[in-house]
Amino acid sequence: MFDVARPDQISRQAALAADKVLAQGEDTRRDKRQSAVNAGQSAEWVILLRKVADYQDTDAFTALFEHFAPRVKAFLMKSGAEHAMAEECAQDVMVTVWKKAAQFDPSRASVATWIFTIARNRRIDMLRRDRRPEPEDLNWGPEEEPDQFDVLGLQQESDQLAAAIASLPEKQRVMIERAYFGDLSHSEIAEQTGLPLGTIKSRIRLALERLRHSLS
Amino acid sequence: MITHHLSDTLLMAYSAGTLPEAFNLAVATHIALCDECRARLASFDAVGGAVLDRALEGAAGSSARMESGALAATLARIKTGAPVARSPQRPVQNALLPAPLCEYVGPDVDKIRWRALGGGVRQMLIPTSEHATARLLYIPAGAAVPDHGHRGLELTLVLQGAFSDEEARFGRGDVEIADEATQHQPVAEPGEDCICLAVTDAPLKFRALLPRLAQPFFRI
Repeated sequence: MFDVARPDQISRQAALAADKVLAQGEDTRRDKRQSAVNAGQSAEWVILLRKVADYQDTDAFTALFEHFAPRVKAFLMKSGAEHAMAEECAQDVMVTVWKKAAQFDPSRASVATWIFTIARNRRIDMLRRDRRPEPEDLNWGPEEEPDQFDVLGLQQESDQLAAAIASLPEKQRVMIERAYFGDLSHSEIAEQTGLPLGTIKSRIRLALERLRHSLS
Repeated sequence: MITHHLSDTLLMAYSAGTLPEAFNLAVATHIALCDECRARLASFDAVGGAVLDRALEGAAGSSARMESGALAATLARIKTGAPVARSPQRPVQNALLPAPLCEYVGPDVDKIRWRALGGGVRQMLIPTSEHATARLLYIPAGAAVPDHGHRGLELTLVLQGAFSDEEARFGRGDVEIADEATQHQPVAEPGEDCICLAVTDAPLKFRALLPRLAQPFFRI
């Protein structure tokens, strides 16, 4: 049987966590500390996506659409899609964002990361690329509320990772981007050394701690 | 305790969605067993998120404006469909065959239709795209893993039992990454028969050559 109560319950818990993130950000602004770092862009997207999930808020969706739809379209075009196909698929991706908003878990991914996975899967279908089986999802259960510090930490890390990638030398950054646009072979990826590995490794440690915490 | 993990390269390519199907299957199956690589994958997905967020940078990106009316068209589509509720939590799997593999070979290892390769070794070819080859191998305890040469990249993921070579031991969940430079003679440990998922991106010479070459490569 499909449990209809659980999604709402979880979504409210996610909303609560997101509210705390925002509240913390506002506290921080009042404290006149580095608000840009403590409640960055990623945390703002979390709030908007939660409004879509809980209230079917079209204003929030519009803000997400205006930011992410052209980026998804550009991502698909850089991956080899023609203009018309990229336009159609970007709209498909945004429809999926609306429909699956309640499945987004802000303690595990940024909104940009979550939309990336939707766009990647749509690209695989669109360009008839190889099928990509996935490991089963380890959802948190209904009794497990995403910890507000997990949410805040994950969203902050996402901003830091984005900043780290933006500040890479152009040549390295372009190699990473080409890998994700499907423009590098496996062996070419192996040869490129542009990954900001220090940033990624600290992130992996934290992600692993969270995963083990949530499974314990 | 898993000690042999996926490489950054493989995780990044899986995250990017650019691997052949057989390798996707091996990566997904390992991640189903390995919390560490699951966490690493989440981080590579985050790199993908950062790349997506930067996709408007540069000349090629800045031309990717949405058509006028795209938002209205999208809103019209979402008005017709209800949001998808969160999918119910699936039970954590401790079964011999992790979920991604079950989709290909079924849940029951006893019902797999093995094909004998000689010396007690059996295999089942798993249908995937032609870009790479996936198969399950069944190696009796104490027998050598049949050596088919590493013409390209090969992953061997242990599902049951263990094998060892001169360098290391590979138990359940461990993945061995071998390429042309790898020269070794892995042998299944005594005690429990070994079942592995093996994928390779080179044409599979293994079956055709086996009748002639089988004997020197098996310790029975």
